Amino acid sequence: MTEPTVIPEVRMANQIAANFRHHPDAQAADEIAAHLRSFWTPWMLERLGAVVAAGGEGLDPLVVAAVDLLRSPAA
Amino acid sequence: MTTLREPDLGTPAAPGPECVALEVDGIAVEVPAGTSVMRAAAMAGVAVPKLCATDSLEAFGSCRLCLVEIDGRAGTPASCTTPVAAGMRVSTQTERVARLRRGVMELYISDHPLDCLTCPTNGDCELQDMAGTVGLRDVRYGYAGANHLDSPKDLSNPYFDFDPAKCIVCSRCVRACEEIQGTFALTIEGRGFASKVAPGPTDFLGSECVSCGACVQACPTSTLVERSVVRLGTPRRSVETTCAYCGVGCSFRAELAGDQVVRMVPAKSGGANEGHSCVKGRFAWGYATHRDRVMTPRVREAVGDPWREVSWEEAISHVATRMADIQARHGTQAIGAISSSRCTNEEVWVVQKMVRAAFGNNNVDTCARVCHSPTGFGLKSTFGTSAGTQDFKSVESADVILVIGANPTDAHPVFASRMKRRLRAGARLVVVDPRRIDLVRTPHVQADHHLQLRPGTNVAVLNAMAHVILTEGLADREFVSSRCEPEAFATWREFISSPAHSPEATEELTGVPSAELRAAARLYAAGPNSAIYYGLGVTEHSQGSTAVMCMANLAMLTGNLGRQGVGVNPLRGQNNVQGSCDMGSFPHELSGYRHISDASVRASFEADWGHPIEDRPGMRIPNMFDAALAGSFKGLFVQGEDIAQSDPNTAHVLSALGSLELLVVQDLFENETAKLAHVLLPGTSFLEKDGTFTNAERRINRVRPVMAPRVGKQEWEVVAEIATAMGYEMSYGSASEIMDEIARLTPTFAGVSFERLDRVGSLQWPCNEAAPDGTPVMHVDRFVRGLGRFVETPFVPTEERSSRRYPLLLTTGRILTQYNVGAQTRRTDNVVWHPADVLEIHPDDASDRGVADGDLVYLASRVGRTTLHAQISERMPRGVVYTTFHHPVSGTNVVTTEASDWATNCPEYKVTAVQVQLVPPAPLTPGRSALDELRAGDPVPVPVPVAGR
Ligand code: SF4
Ligand code: SF4
Ligand code: SF4
Ligand code: FES
Repeated sequence: MTEPTVIPEVRMANQIAANFRHHPDAQAADEIAAHLRSFWTPWMLERLGAVVAAGGEGLDPLVVAAVDLLRSPAA
Repeated sequence: MTTLREPDLGTPAAPGPECVALEVDGIAVEVPAGTSVMRAAAMAGVAVPKLCATDSLEAFGSCRLCLVEIDGRAGTPASCTTPVAAGMRVSTQTERVARLRRGVMELYISDHPLDCLTCPTNGDCELQDMAGTVGLRDVRYGYAGANHLDSPKDLSNPYFDFDPAKCIVCSRCVRACEEIQGTFALTIEGRGFASKVAPGPTDFLGSECVSCGACVQACPTSTLVERSVVRLGTPRRSVETTCAYCGVGCSFRAELAGDQVVRMVPAKSGGANEGHSCVKGRFAWGYATHRDRVMTPRVREAVGDPWREVSWEEAISHVATRMADIQARHGTQAIGAISSSRCTNEEVWVVQKMVRAAFGNNNVDTCARVCHSPTGFGLKSTFGTSAGTQDFKSVESADVILVIGANPTDAHPVFASRMKRRLRAGARLVVVDPRRIDLVRTPHVQADHHLQLRPGTNVAVLNAMAHVILTEGLADREFVSSRCEPEAFATWREFISSPAHSPEATEELTGVPSAELRAAARLYAAGPNSAIYYGLGVTEHSQGSTAVMCMANLAMLTGNLGRQGVGVNPLRGQNNVQGSCDMGSFPHELSGYRHISDASVRASFEADWGHPIEDRPGMRIPNMFDAALAGSFKGLFVQGEDIAQSDPNTAHVLSALGSLELLVVQDLFENETAKLAHVLLPGTSFLEKDGTFTNAERRINRVRPVMAPRVGKQEWEVVAEIATAMGYEMSYGSASEIMDEIARLTPTFAGVSFERLDRVGSLQWPCNEAAPDGTPVMHVDRFVRGLGRFVETPFVPTEERSSRRYPLLLTTGRILTQYNVGAQTRRTDNVVWHPADVLEIHPDDASDRGVADGDLVYLASRVGRTTLHAQISERMPRGVVYTTFHHPVSGTNVVTTEASDWATNCPEYKVTAVQVQLVPPAPLTPGRSALDELRAGDPVPVPVPVAGR
């Protein structure tokens, strides 16, 4: 049994990003943010947010952009 | 005749609307054109004697017992094979036909044992009835001549006996096996006096027979009879209820003596099954009274401690106190619950209500997470709601049937029989599956195309089909322009027309020859009625949700929605998958698929429940496991699910469950999950439940108790009492009050109540003011979301790929006689057919590894290893192996990984990179399961760095 070195949220978020990558970056980030808002529980968003805050290691840049959108008051 | 027998009008109903008037024994009657004289007589209240006819089978005309006289016609025609004509005058009771009938009966009885008094079906035998009806008093031939009275019995099938001495060679069994079941296992061998029924050159168990019971039900004598009737005697009363196994949702009459079930007989009135059944529902119900059932609540402090049996009061207050205590120490979000698709709508409803109102969070998920959650996401995104578009009957109008990632003859057998009937009548078939499933070639059915794709490439194949249809100009432009969002279609059109999606471009990736794929796409587009049926082979992938949207795109593109014979139809695994999803079991949705962020929906619940509802999604099952391992999730209530066996990556699940402070399991048996629990609450079997199940065609069926709950409480009572003990008052006088609450709060259920269901039999939601009698076919004039929405479906390959170390791909599935984790079916005689999970492997892959049929092999992935017996099988393509997950001993999910659908976290059971190796002399400790080894902390899963990943 291996303890994952990256938290599962990173893997899942990157996978979501891969499914919106066919769109222009800004639109993809919007769509990823909307998906996360609809389906992710706040605990997971916090953990993902913490990875972004720590420099976003291992995260798809689209995810980083989406997390920024979720943080902005307009989101 | 027992009063239990359902009325039998002798021949099937004629379809036509046109009516014909005639007279039978002076009684005027009007019937549809094409009706038989026998059926018309029955409709006029006149029972014509019969033996070879029954209304579930086409008329055969062999016994000559149903002779009648018709004014103006010579002779005495058989009423079962003679169609009615306008103005016909029929006499069923003349001296002449009476004499002829007595002669016929005399011949039958002269070759039939006269042991009526000791015969198992004494009082429930049509031959006995008919002898009485025709007034047979004597047999002039004596009984000494040549006869079949010494023919040996065939007792090989565990559920029914075959006693050929009693056979009258009416062929009803043979015809049932052909017409109803479609297996063609039985034949009449020999001719004339020497003719006899036989299951081929072998006994029943060794034959093609799949033990559906159709022949037993059709047999008018005691020749084919349920062993339970032989043992317990004929039943005395019956209760109509619903099968608790698969998502077909067959209606049954539980036939009882006292409160002992004698047999389960499929109900002709059942909307889903119309009188048919499979081996599970028909025969495998013995687990309900199995000695392994947990009968008393049990509690323990730590998992290693012995169980302490306690009263219900103590168990309930223990759960409530501990859950509240965890929340006090770790926060509101630290607890949650998982509801079960094996439970009724009412039972599931109270669990999500307990979570939302008593726990005060949205941490509720259901086992559909691991099967059909992508269906919810995909169909909601495109059509507006999560539901199959058709009723089962619709398949009778399909011209082209596309089956993808489903194995209906094993997993949805009664629906498969309907489908095969349509295929035998000429519908065309496309099968998309890595494995050559039975449907590809079965008696009188041959798939036009079998697209044997590589596991994990459904999206690429479906995109290629859409590409072909669009670029070859085969789309239904009128449907697309009138029924779908134009902007979304324009974007999608551009996406899908890209040459990257052509079958030629994707051929190497998918393994499907481009010419074959083009031909299949053209066939689907040509219809005129094309229907898609799919299963977990679509959803349980990292692109499961995308694939569901691909199918929705295909159906919209070709206008195959909104009428009989078409549609996109998920075949649901467990009996109440549809229902448990409908009931708001997902952490982001309230009942009827309404998002938790919708303030007006929340407000209606808050007003009814008198409790605020969280506006953010809760945790899904895999998230709960992750949070448990991270230390922030501490208490879990599990209703009737064996997540330790059914969920992927067992090692991960076991450590997550092991890190909980409180694991409460409500189940019939001490299953693998319960072995890690702190509280075990006894559950009720379907024979004790009062409620409803909703099947894959959205049909809400009643589940009626045939006995009081053996454990003293209904499951919903227990849940309501836990909620109340936690401070949120929840109480209902009956299950029907729960349904009233569901109807009050769920617009698609507005017109549903137990009273209504008892009156009309079943209802398909939406059932409300707009559709008072329910909705067999959805999206007729408009989609639930208004205009249908095409969604772009990029193919994002799974990260799970074969490698040098794990060169094979494992895919998993089910077989006919076992159900899910097998907790029920393993406790029945069904183990005769499937005593263990086996690993199907292509002959070349086997010989590369020195593996012979039956050898014990290791199956290893990067997360774990188990042992199984190999079965060499030409059904498998090279490079792909297959197994089932019905037995904890093999613990298939020890090897499946945490990979999941991008949108819903539905696990990717269908693709795991594995290696297969012959087991050297010392295998896993004999007598210990893979799960035991994991639990004991043995280093079974060997994590190895994977080359090339
Ligand atoms: S076994 Fe029963 S149904 Fe079959 S031919 Fe004999 S009597 Fe008829
Ligand atoms: S049980 Fe079903 S499959 Fe078997 S012989 Fe009878 S009808 Fe055919
Ligand atoms: S097809 Fe499904 S619902 Fe019907 S009897 Fe079999 S298991 Fe039960
Ligand atoms: S019932 Fe008509 S011929 Fe047998």
